[in-house]
Amino acid sequence: MTELASRVAPPYPPLSERIKFYGLWAGAVLLLLVLPRLFSSGSALTTFSLIGISIIFSLSYNILLGQTGLLSFGHAVYYGLGGFLAIHAINMIGANKLPIPLPFVPLIGGMTGLFFAVLLGWVSTQRSGTAFAMISLGVAELIASSALILRTFFGGEAGISANRTKLIRLFDWNFGPQIQIYYLVAAWTLIAIVAMYALTRTPFGRMCNAVRDNPERVQFVGYDPHVIRYLAFCFAGFFAGIAGALAAINFEIANAAYLGAAQSGTVLFSTYIGGVGYFIGPIVGAIFVTVLSLSLSDLTSVWQLYFGLFFIAVVTFAPGGITGLLMMHRPLIKGGALGTVLPYYLISLVPTLAMIAGLVLGIETLVHHTVNPGEDPNIRAFGINFNVSSPLTWLAALVLIVGGFFVARKTWIRLAQAWDEALTAAREKGHST
Amino acid sequence: MLELVVISTLNGILFGMLLFLMASGLTVIFSMLGVLNFAHASFYMLGAFFGFQISRWVGFWPALFIAPLLAGALGAAVERFGLRRVHRNGHVAELLFTFGLAFAIEEVVQMIWGKSPVDFRIPPSLDFPAFRIFSTNYPAYKMFMLLVSIAIFVGLLIVLKKSRVGLIVQAALTHPHMVAHLGHNVERVFMLVFGVGTALAAVAGVIAGPALVTQSNMAALLGPILFVVVVVGGLGSLPGAFVASLLIGLVQTFAVSMNGSLAGAFGPLSPDYAQSWLSDIWGVTVAQIAPIMPYVLLVLILIFRPMGLLGTRET
Repeated sequence: MTELASRVAPPYPPLSERIKFYGLWAGAVLLLLVLPRLFSSGSALTTFSLIGISIIFSLSYNILLGQTGLLSFGHAVYYGLGGFLAIHAINMIGANKLPIPLPFVPLIGGMTGLFFAVLLGWVSTQRSGTAFAMISLGVAELIASSALILRTFFGGEAGISANRTKLIRLFDWNFGPQIQIYYLVAAWTLIAIVAMYALTRTPFGRMCNAVRDNPERVQFVGYDPHVIRYLAFCFAGFFAGIAGALAAINFEIANAAYLGAAQSGTVLFSTYIGGVGYFIGPIVGAIFVTVLSLSLSDLTSVWQLYFGLFFIAVVTFAPGGITGLLMMHRPLIKGGALGTVLPYYLISLVPTLAMIAGLVLGIETLVHHTVNPGEDPNIRAFGINFNVSSPLTWLAALVLIVGGFFVARKTWIRLAQAWDEALTAAREKGHST
Repeated sequence: MLELVVISTLNGILFGMLLFLMASGLTVIFSMLGVLNFAHASFYMLGAFFGFQISRWVGFWPALFIAPLLAGALGAAVERFGLRRVHRNGHVAELLFTFGLAFAIEEVVQMIWGKSPVDFRIPPSLDFPAFRIFSTNYPAYKMFMLLVSIAIFVGLLIVLKKSRVGLIVQAALTHPHMVAHLGHNVERVFMLVFGVGTALAAVAGVIAGPALVTQSNMAALLGPILFVVVVVGGLGSLPGAFVASLLIGLVQTFAVSMNGSLAGAFGPLSPDYAQSWLSDIWGVTVAQIAPIMPYVLLVLILIFRPMGLLGTRET
């Protein structure tokens, strides 16, 4: 028996691997502790808190999309319900002077997410693939529309607000200042990341991957794919509820937008842009998308359009997301062949950037003519001044887009060739992953 | 009461036929390409806005033909240069591509025509009451909408059943690989089907634009209902989509015209707890819950008949 186990079970990792593994987590803890000391302004702390909430939410979404292969268009339902219950819980605890401090409120949100996932999940996960996507959308619309009807509980358009400082204190913190909220979010983010990472290492996590890759085989092995999808759905709902409760604590309000299609779309965007193939993908995506949406909205009025176009570009050209793109280079770095590809990257960067600049110029010019016509034609976008009424601008945009595209396509083909050669060279040296 | 039933039935069939104009394209595209076009309702919106803009320049009647052609060409281009490339990344990537497209189209429409509704009017030649039922004047434009959608429905049926392209499409619905093996240019058929499907959605947009509100959120409002139709009817089943379209059209129209509520029906029994947080459920009228009726129907269908009304496939 022991002989069999030793043959089947993977070898115990060597000390260096274990130090690397635990070092990574220790580094994450240290980073979370040091961050507010490095950037102590109020807006930075708010941004960090939003990123933390987004990380939990995106990781919970990746339990569905990345691990189990379920594309959901309604994950915000569990996030939103968690948020609403958290707000009601804060109000109730405050009014009745219950001995529950604020740091435990996210758990209430999580239980709410879990409860509704248990309730709605069985029907939703009966089918996978496209049918599941449509069903999740339908269920989400059902809940979101009901939220507008049940005004007493959901507060209608205005939402429900609460005061987070009225609860009993823990360590003499009243959770008024943003820094205390930051530490609360950071702690929960860390707990959630560890829990969700551990989940992927359990036999259940492996069965989720199996259901994603080959549900028929799973059935032959003796598991019911429906049950596994359902369990994954429940876990995802639980962590989404925690994220929603943290968001509600952060803003001290919960409204119908929490449950809406836009929120579901945002989490889908950040998870997919980050990359669904790796555990760290959604974390990268959550950071990237939160920072991008906060900074782009300052730069241009049509930032959501750029956002949508960027998402389409990722789906089309880099289905592995940002982490997928980075991980592609691992064999090249290990094989020492990265140097041969880099020049081609730099060459193709020039016409590609020119094309993107032309596109941005065209969009900004168009926006000026449709959104605010008759105003001063000398506008400023992305820190650059230009005159939108002159035909020269149109011409420049057109030349940049068309010329950039044709030159860029040539350089992309060269890049792909160089890439293949480098990868072959790396593989010959025995670095395939 | 009879008046209400007749008018609601007419309106319900009208709404159902409009839904079917879109759902038919969506179903055929799904069956052939295996991708549920998330941006289908966006082409309906594009049809409405193109129709609005073109009818300003050259009048409504040319717009009725030009706008769907434009939208259809755009749809074909999306298939040729977008979806075909994404296809090798799998179905999830395809669905996400159309999702991103729907997002981008809404933003572009908002950028060009703004967020508020545009003034898309019924053409004067159709702006008169068609007939009187009891005390209500039924507008001629609604009859026109009904006629157009029925005409297209009949035309589609004839093309699908009688023409060569129709036979290929029908064959590709169930055996796409076999059709390809027989030497048909399946890729071109796919592009054509995608183009025609989006053009049909655009026709629905042009004729519905003046009657309903032409606004940048119309795709987001209608899109989910469209998917409900397709799932309730059975994914990939054209007759199912037809039945489901009419069903949802009628259910929603009848629900809107009803004013009953639990409080109205069981008023004298009104329990004490109905005054508390249950008052929302107690007092809500059927008309108010009309928007969620399609989704309730969806959940019921999923519980009792997961493959849809006339569907045969499990996935």
